[in-house]
Formats: sequence, C-alpha cells, structure tokens
Amino acid sequence: MEDLTSVVDWSRLQFAVTAAYHWLFVPLTLGLGLIVAIMETIYYRTNSVRWLNITKFWMTLFGINFALGVATGIILEFEFGTNWSNYSWFVGDIFGAPLAIEGLFAFFMEATFIAVMFFGWKKVSRRFHLAATWLTAIGATVSALWILVANAWMQYPAGMEFDPDQMRNVMANFWEVIFSPVAINKFFHAVTSGWALGGVFVVGVAGWFLLKRRNVDMALDSIKVGGTVGLVGLLLTMATGHGSAVEVARHQPMKLAAMEGLYEGNCGQSIVAFGILNPAKTVENSEDPFLFEISVPKGLSLLVDWRDPDKFIPGISDLVEGREKTVDGQTLKTVSYQDRIDRGLLAHDALRRYDAAKSAGDTAAMAAAHADLKQNYDSFGFGYFNNPAEAVPPVALTFYSFHIMVIAGGVLLLFLVVALFATMRRRRWMTDCRWMQWAAMLMIPIVYVCSQSGWIVAEVGRQPWIIQDIMPTKAAISAISAGSVQLTFWIFVVVFTALLAAEISIMLKQIKKGSETDYLTPNE
Amino acid sequence: MELHALQAYWWLLISVLGAILVFMLFVQGGQTMLFERKRFEGQLDAEIGSIGVKWELTFTTLVVFGGAFFASFPLFYSTSFGGAYWLWMLILFSFVLQAVSYEYRRKPGNLFGRRTYDLFLFINGSVGCILLGVAVGTLFFGGEFTVVKGNIVDSAAPVISRWTSTHGLEAIANWRNLLLGVMVLMLARTLASLYFLNNVRQNDAFDAINRRRVLVNGAVFVVLFLAFAAVLLTASGLEVQPENGTVEGSHSFVEVPYKYFVNLVDMWWVAVMFLVGVVGVLAGIAMGAFMPRLAHKGIWPAGVGVILVVLSLFFIAGYNNTAYYRSLLDPASSLTIYNSSSSQFTLEVMSWVSLIIPFVLAYIVAVWRKMNRPAR
Repeated sequence: MEDLTSVVDWSRLQFAVTAAYHWLFVPLTLGLGLIVAIMETIYYRTNSVRWLNITKFWMTLFGINFALGVATGIILEFEFGTNWSNYSWFVGDIFGAPLAIEGLFAFFMEATFIAVMFFGWKKVSRRFHLAATWLTAIGATVSALWILVANAWMQYPAGMEFDPDQMRNVMANFWEVIFSPVAINKFFHAVTSGWALGGVFVVGVAGWFLLKRRNVDMALDSIKVGGTVGLVGLLLTMATGHGSAVEVARHQPMKLAAMEGLYEGNCGQSIVAFGILNPAKTVENSEDPFLFEISVPKGLSLLVDWRDPDKFIPGISDLVEGREKTVDGQTLKTVSYQDRIDRGLLAHDALRRYDAAKSAGDTAAMAAAHADLKQNYDSFGFGYFNNPAEAVPPVALTFYSFHIMVIAGGVLLLFLVVALFATMRRRRWMTDCRWMQWAAMLMIPIVYVCSQSGWIVAEVGRQPWIIQDIMPTKAAISAISAGSVQLTFWIFVVVFTALLAAEISIMLKQIKKGSETDYLTPNE
Repeated sequence: MELHALQAYWWLLISVLGAILVFMLFVQGGQTMLFERKRFEGQLDAEIGSIGVKWELTFTTLVVFGGAFFASFPLFYSTSFGGAYWLWMLILFSFVLQAVSYEYRRKPGNLFGRRTYDLFLFINGSVGCILLGVAVGTLFFGGEFTVVKGNIVDSAAPVISRWTSTHGLEAIANWRNLLLGVMVLMLARTLASLYFLNNVRQNDAFDAINRRRVLVNGAVFVVLFLAFAAVLLTASGLEVQPENGTVEGSHSFVEVPYKYFVNLVDMWWVAVMFLVGVVGVLAGIAMGAFMPRLAHKGIWPAGVGVILVVLSLFFIAGYNNTAYYRSLLDPASSLTIYNSSSSQFTLEVMSWVSLIIPFVLAYIVAVWRKMNRPAR
C-alpha cells in the first residue's frame, strides 16, 4: 500500500470521469423523458399527427441519449466495489439497500416500458403506449431517487450506528435515511435540474430549426413545451438549491466555506457575487483570499437564515483552528480539527481495544471500549489524518464551480423567460431574430456546464470525505495498484469519449433529419 | 424473521436473479452468431430484431443482481469486486459496449460503422458469457484473498479485503473456472437458437439453421456440462463450524471432500431440482434439434431447466453451512452467507421491499405478451 495516495487519486479521477460522463446523459433523460411524455399526452388528447411527429422526433433523441446513460451507469454501480471496496463494506448495510430497491422499483420499470415506447407503436393501444412513456419517465426519476438518497447519506450520514462487532456502520432507521432533509433537497434539486436541462436542450435544438427556417411549427410547439418544463424546472432547481445550501451550512460548514472562498467568517457575512481567488492563499498563511471580489453585504448570512442577517458563518480557518465568537452575548465555539483528529484517534483506539477485549472474552473491557467509541465516533474519520489541513477541500475548484453554476443558472433563467414570452406573445422574435436563435443554441453548452458544475460543488466540496466526518476517501479504496487503475482510467476515457462522439454525431444527423418528420403518418 | 432465515432468504433471491440472468444470456448467445455466414436475405435483421428488444432486460437483471449482492452480502461485493478487479472490469467493459450497440448500429452518423457495433455485440456475447461463468466459478473454486476487518483502523493501509497481485487474472486462467465459462457460452448459444426458433417465424430455412445450431451447440454444451458436473461433484469445499454455538460470524472452517455432492445428498430437494432441470434442458435441446414440429417450443423446457439447474448450483454453493466464497490463501477469511451479510434490520427492510418482485415479474410478462403479438 505504499502508493496509497496515488491509488486514491487515480480512483477518484476514474470515478469522477465516469460520474461526469454519466451526468451528461442522466439529466437529459430525466428532462426529455418528461417532455416527451407531455408531448405524447397532447397527441393522445388531440389525436393530431403534428404532435405525433413531434413526439417521435424527440423520442428518437431520447433513445440515443438513454443508451449511453445506461452504459455509464452500470460502471458507476460496480465501481463502488471495484475501486471503493472498503467503502462498500463499511456502508454496504446502508448504501446497498437503496441500490437494491432502485434496481427492483426503477430499472425494471424503465427496461420494460422503454421497449414498448420504442417498439410498441403498432403493437399496443395508444393509451397503453402513453402509459408506457410516462412509466419510462417515472422509472428514470425513481431510479434517480435511490441513488440520490445514497449520495445524500454520504453528505449527511443519518439513520445509522456503528457496530463494533462487525466493524462497520449498520442501518438503524430506514426512514431517517430516506427522508433526511439533505436527501429530499438533493433529489428534487437534481431531478428538477434535469427538467431544466431537458427544456433548454429542446429550446436550443428548436432554435437551430428556426435558424434554418425548417420545421418552424414543430420548433415553436417544442419551445412551448420544452421552455415551460425548462423554466419550471429551473425555478424549482433554484428553490431546492437554496434548501441544499441551508443544509450544507448545517451539516457541511467546511463545504459552504469552500464554496465561498471564506477563510475568516463573520456575523452578517457577505456573499461573493463574483471573485478571483488568490492562488497563494492557504489555511496556513495569512494572505488575502481574493485578488478581486464583488460582494453583497450580509448575503451569505441571509442565504443560510433569512430571518437572521447577522448570523455567524464560520470560515475555513475558523473550522480548522477552532474559534470562539461572541454574538449577542452568546459564545459560539467551533471545535478545532486538531481536537477532532485527537478524538478520531481515540475512537480508533477504542475500536482496537474493543476487538482485543472481545477476543479475550472480557465483557467489561468491551463495554468500556464501546462507550469510548460511541463518545468519539462523530470524529472517527478524522483519525486517518495527520494534519488538520488535510481536511480542507480543494477551495478553488469548489468556489469557481459554485459561482459558474449560479451565474449560468441566472443566464438560463433570463433566456427561458424571454424565449417563452417570445414564442407565446411575440412569435416573430423567435422566428426572425437570428440572435435569439443563436442564443438558444448557445444555451445548450451553458446548461451542461451549469449542471456539471453543480455536481462538482457537491462532490469536490465534500472532499476529503467519502462519508462526511466518518470515512475519508483515502480509507475507502480497494487494495489495487495505481497502475491498474491508471490503465482502466485511460480505457474509460477513450471508450466514453469515442461513444460520446458517436452519440453527438448520431444526434446531429437525427436533428438534421428532423424535417422528414413532417411527412410521417400515424402508422409509421 | 430470524437473522439466519433472512440470510437464507436473500441467498435465495440472489440465486433466483442469478438463474434468470443465466437464462437471459440467450441475448448474448445470439450476439455471438452475428458473424456466422447468413443463408438468406434478412437473416441478420431478423436475429438482431428478435434479441434487440430484449437486451435491456438481461442488462437490467445483471445490474439488479450486482445491486442485490451489494445490499445483502456487502462483504462479498467488496472482496470480489475490489479484489478480482480485472475480471469484473472486463465484464463491465463488454456490457458497456453492448449498451450502445443496438441503438447505434444502424443509425446514420454512428462514426464507426455498423460492423464495429456488431463486433461490440460479438465481444459482449462471447467475452461476457465466458467471464460471467468464470466469476460464478469462483463461488465454487475460490479466490486468492484475505479479509482482516481490523485493518479498518490502520491509517497507513486501511483496506480489509486484499487479493493477490494478479487481481482476478488468475481466476480467468483457472481451467475449472474457464470450463464453466465456456459451458455458459455454449448454453447461451443453445438457448439463443431455441429462442430464435420460438420468436422468429421467418421461414423453413431459418428454422433448419437454428435446429442445426441447437444440435451442434447443444451437443458441445452437454459434453462441457458433464465435465463440469464431474469436476464440481468431486471437488472439496469448506464447511463453517459453529463458534459459541452458532455459525453466524464464525470463521472456523473444515475442508469436506466431495462437499457439493454431499450438499446434494443432504438437501435431497435440491438434488431433485437439479435432476429435473437437467432433464428439462435435455428435453429442450432434443425438441429443438430433432422434433421439427415441437422445435419452437423447446425454449420453454430448456429455459425452466436452466433456471432450476442454476438455482440448485447456487443452493449447493451457499446453503448447508458451505463457504460460498472460499479463500485459497486463508480459509478463515472465507465467506459464508452468515459472515458476509447485511444486518438483520437491513435484511428485514429489504425483505419487505422484495415482496414487490412478483408484481414486477407479472408486469414484465404482461407487457411482453402484448409486445410479442403480431403488429396491428
């Protein structure tokens, strides 16, 4: 295990690449699934060939995207075992249950009904086909629920306890795992961001048709449905994003501090609207954190608690060093990371003592060790660190990702409002203004950047933890060589990139073929 | 329910998923036939069209199989997947290639051409079947790993499950695992031929091709199956011994000669299931190869037979106090359904959830009955 750091880094990189690729396809599946279901519902109610053709066009793009989402998804599931075997054991009792439920409830639903969706036009009734389309969309959403519950648990481990006999965490309360506030926010935030991405994608592709002056009616109808889903999705994403930020402040204050590049926290803390970090700044020096910043006074305090504009928000240095602040006569104290490392080491020692006492059959010593372990277990993961600075996430990546996500979200909101207004009230703005059509297409890469940035904030901001405060990533890995992981990493990069290129190429061909859908009849 | 019963119940569910997965490998078997010489126009499209609408069910069964193993026996998941890294990675790569191929192969702009995607399907069909067989083979013939849970508090080297440096390549090189792998491949090809006879009503020539395929692949499969059965039933296995009056969490094992044969004798109902399954598979092959009027129904006895045989193999691997994952380096590290399972609470929660399985199976069957009807 002499190359532990290298194995950890390569394993993280491999998982990050797989997850990033997977997250290119999943939100489009979630968003486009809903949009296609709505379009088919309109077709079902109106029996209009026009809506049938529109539905089939977007359904084709849905299918192309879905395939690669499935391919990257299976890798993610099995990578928990192949690259994070210690983690699989340590939390398998909790994490495995949502994964199994996901398979039973959602994957079979998707796999069964997507076949009806694509191959059942001539084999089942219109009503059954519509039901299959909705069930595919619901199946995709439900499958997102369980994996997001598992991910939320990694951010905020609830409903569990540590079992020293088995040397792992075990589930104590299923409902606390499922309905933790972090899980609820995360689920709705991720799913509605998928709706936003799907909506922006539809509007962007429709913009291309308008630019080419082809399939104009189809494009405008698509913008009405896609734009509405996108706008609703984006507004809900923002609302649940706020909820997520509040939960981050409660359970992962270090992540919030990294998101804001905040080293020295204050009461009435401002929020950075735009800033350039000072690359020389670390937790161990006194450099200014920013080269340039534009801040909104008290913004961060208000974001975390709108009723208390003077709320104290701890910064990175506050958390690492442990600070006392007096607010309204009350003393607020953050425990230093060195203290937590010491407590983590006590927890490790207690677990060793428990194991030895168990082997010796000394029940009194077991009870004493168990009590010590329970008392210090909330810092168990800190026991793996040598230095408090190890517990600080990559600040720059977290900060910039967060701000790119927020700025991109604002741009998308503005665009969708204008695009929907134009389509419904000022049709010529969409059909004749080339800059609107170009803007619609430009929004597609922007929404993907926004979506990916969100995941980077969630996952990189959690570092160095794989389970917040309980297990660092470096303790979660498999005993494999860095060379093996490097090799599979590069294979993944090559294979996924090649398949992504193929998908984009097929999508572009299908979009260019879009005009042919005008001539489809209901039986085709 | 008692923990003991829950562990047995979840091994049963794992076995059912494994059995269904092996049956559904007819999709993979069909993929290995794509490059065979085609006798008439439209044969390839007929074959691809037939298995192309089912591939996701096989794929999903594999995913759920993995997920259920993770959920119910996490120590196996962490030990096998993290240890036999290359074995599982190669399986995964082959399934990644499959996942896109059906959708992309005939789409304009697919960059690599139809034959590349057909080659991907062939790789998935052949490599996927063989390696899945190898992975299942390790349940009987063991793996080179150790498990030391106390490592979790060793900051410098915290991994509890360790494998030899070959990380699964040695399992692929093991002739007994390979025998099972090749046998699975030939079974998948036999089932695919029977499935084509049932599902594709193309013409007499196509039926004749598939009857011949059943005969050839079925004959090779039967020979391999007999060899595997002989190897398995004469192999020794590890049996867990009670510690403090219970086998739960025990790491005390003794080697039992002819362990899997002994298991069949001890669990007579499994032996009956095994024999009925073998008869079913042989009947299916005979119907497909020699009885033209019944050939299109051969998939049913063969399919039921495969499920029964695989179920019985899983049962003799995991039940009767058997170590289902034997450590070749340190017998005390071997895994049983008792020392590798999730906690009682988690198994109970998941058992309630598992009550939905009949409904899932029911809607899958109902949907496919509709989908297999002629087009309106």
